[in-house]
Amino acid sequence: MNAEALLAAGTPTACAPWPRVVVPRAVWIALREAPGLDLLALWGAPGMAHAAFLDRAAMRVVLASLPAPEGRFPALSPGRPGAVLFERALHDLWRLLPEEAVDARPFLDHGRWPVAGPLSARPAPQEPEAPPMTFLPAEGEGVHQIPVGPIHAGIIEPGHFRFHVQGETILRLEARLGYTHKGTLSLMLGKSPRAAARFAARLSGDSTVAHALAFARAAEAAAGVAAPPRAVAIRAAMLELERLHNHLHDLGAIAGDAAFAALHAECGEWREHLLRAQHAAFGHRLMMDRVLPGGVAQDLEAPGIAALRGVLARIAAALPGLRRIYDSHASLQDRMVGTGIIAPALRDAFAPGGVVGRAAGRAFDARVLNGEMAAEAMPLHAAGDVDARWRQRHAEAGIAIARAEALLAALPEGPLAAPLPPRGGEGVALVEGFRGECLAWVALDDGGLIEALYLRDPSWLHWPLLEAAVIGTIVADFPLINKSINGSYSGVDL
Amino acid sequence: MLWPRLARNLLTRPRTDPPVTPRPEVVAALRERLAEAGQRRLGRSLAIRHVDAGSCNGCELECHALGNVAHDLERYGLRFVASPRHADVLLVTGPLTRNMAEALLRCRAATPEPVWVVAAGDCAVDGGVFKGSYAVLGGVEEAIMPDLVIPGCPPTPTQILEGLVALLEAQAG
Repeated sequence: MNAEALLAAGTPTACAPWPRVVVPRAVWIALREAPGLDLLALWGAPGMAHAAFLDRAAMRVVLASLPAPEGRFPALSPGRPGAVLFERALHDLWRLLPEEAVDARPFLDHGRWPVAGPLSARPAPQEPEAPPMTFLPAEGEGVHQIPVGPIHAGIIEPGHFRFHVQGETILRLEARLGYTHKGTLSLMLGKSPRAAARFAARLSGDSTVAHALAFARAAEAAAGVAAPPRAVAIRAAMLELERLHNHLHDLGAIAGDAAFAALHAECGEWREHLLRAQHAAFGHRLMMDRVLPGGVAQDLEAPGIAALRGVLARIAAALPGLRRIYDSHASLQDRMVGTGIIAPALRDAFAPGGVVGRAAGRAFDARVLNGEMAAEAMPLHAAGDVDARWRQRHAEAGIAIARAEALLAALPEGPLAAPLPPRGGEGVALVEGFRGECLAWVALDDGGLIEALYLRDPSWLHWPLLEAAVIGTIVADFPLINKSINGSYSGVDL
Repeated sequence: MLWPRLARNLLTRPRTDPPVTPRPEVVAALRERLAEAGQRRLGRSLAIRHVDAGSCNGCELECHALGNVAHDLERYGLRFVASPRHADVLLVTGPLTRNMAEALLRCRAATPEPVWVVAAGDCAVDGGVFKGSYAVLGGVEEAIMPDLVIPGCPPTPTQILEGLVALLEAQAG
C-alpha cells in the first residue's frame, strides 16, 4: 500500500490542502504495513477513526478515515508500534475499540472523569470504581520496581514513571500519562476558530506559537482564507524565536542534569534576554495568544523589532562559545556520548519528528514540507544519543537565529489579519515546532464553528522512544535521557 | 583560561536584576495570616515544593526562569526542594484536573505544618480557560485553600518573586 493506492481506493473529502479519503475496511487494514507512509497521528470522531500519514516520496500529508458505526475498528498497532498510545487514547476519549490492538489498557482515562468516552456521541457514566493501574511486567532474579510520580522532584509536569530495575540497570520503563488531561478538545468543539485559538495556544505552553499556528493554518485552510503576507512573516519569525528560546532552555537543562551548572547558567541567561525582548516586542514573554486564525493579534513595531534583532545578534555571537564549553569538558561528554541511543530500527519503526528524529538520522522537517526551508539547510547529527540531540539543538538554534533575523529584517507591509467567513470546510496543517511537527486537523460546520478537530503534539512518538532508549542504561542516566528527548506531558494529555 | 574571565567578571556589573520589593498591602495581609509558630520556625527562608496540578507547562517555564542568573531566587532565601516533606510552601500551578486531585491532596498531607499554599497562574486561581471542562475541578481551592494567589497567564518570574518575597517578609514579622 502506497499513497497513490490509498488515494485511489478511497472516497475523497474536501480536505485542504492535503487529501483525506474515506476507505473500506480492507484498505485500512493494509495501512498496518505501508513502508512509504509514516504514521503521524491516529484519532477519532463519533463513529469514525482517522489517521494521518506522511507520504515521504511526495512530501505531503495523506489522511485516511474508516467509518466505525459499531464502535470498533481494526487496530494499526499490529504493524505500527507508534499507533499504540494513539489507540489507547482513542478508546479513552471516543470509546472506539481498536480490534487486535497490541495494548488495550487505558491511557488518559484514570477512571476519575464523570463520564467515559467524553468525546463519543453518547458518553456513558463512569464506572464507580476506578480499576487500578496495571504495568507491563519484568521478571527475573533481583528485579524490583521504582515508582516515580506523578509529582516529580523537579519543576516539571506530572506523570508516572514505573521502572523495573535489576541493580542499577533499567530493564523496563513505562510512562503513564494523562494526569494533566484538561479536556482541551471538548472545550474547542462548537466554538469559532477565533474563540478556540486560546486553547490551541495552551495545548503545550512551551510550543504555544507552534500549536496556535498549526491550528490557525488548518482553520484558514478549512475556511478557504489566506493570512496576509505581513502576518505570515511575523508568525514565521515567532516560530523561530520560540524554537530558539526552547533550544537554549534544553541545551542548558541537559547540561544541568549532568550537574554542569555553568552551561546551565549561561544558557539560562541568554534565554532570559530573549524572553525579555519578546516581551518588549509582543507584550508577552512566551508570545501566547499572538497567533490567531486569519493572521496575528498585534503588529510588530520598530522598537520591538530592534530589541529582538539586537538580542539575536548577541546570542548568535555567544553560540559558538557555548559549544566550546561543551566540547572542552570531557567529564560532561562522558555522560552524553553513547547514552540513551535511539537505534535506526526504532527510528524507522516510530518515525519520530523533530530533534529526536533528526538526531537519530531521520531527515524530516515540516518546514521543508511546507517549502519554508531548503532540505540541504537541515543539519543531521545522526548518532541517536544524548550527545547527538544536544548538538542537533545547538545547530538548529543557529539556524533559527538566521531565519528569524532574515524575517525581521524584511517584514512585508500590509494588513495583519484576514477575516474568517462563517462557512464550512475541512483543513489540515503541519508546523515544525521546537519539538517536531505539530499537526492540526479542523472540520468546520456550515456556520463556521468547529465540528470536529484534532491537535497532535510530536511527543506522542517521543514518549515510547524514551521508554525504549533507557533500556539497559542505569537509573542515574534517566534524567539526562529524559531531558534530551523532552516530551511534553500536557501536549499528549490533551 | 580562568584569569581573563575572572578579570572580566570583576570589572562588569552583576548580571542579576535588582531585588524586587513586594507591595506593602500584600505583606500586611499575609502577615495577619501567618501564625507566630510559623515565624519562629521558618526564619527568613522558605523551602518551596512546586506542584503542577495540570498546567500547560507555561507556568513551569517561568518557575524555571526564577532560578536563572537574572532572577536568582536563592538570594532571597527561597529555594525549590525535591520533596513536600522538606517544604514550607506548596507552589501550585495549573487548573486542578480530576486526574491530579488525589496526588495534590497526598502532597499536602505529606507537607509538615506550617505550610503556605500559593496558587500561581490564572488556571490555579480558578481553572482559567479550562474552567467548566469535564476533566477539570477548577482552581487549587477545590482541594486546598491557597494563602496567596498570583494571577497571570503565565505570571512573569518577577510577579512570582513579588508574591514569594511578600510571604517571606510577612513571616519575618
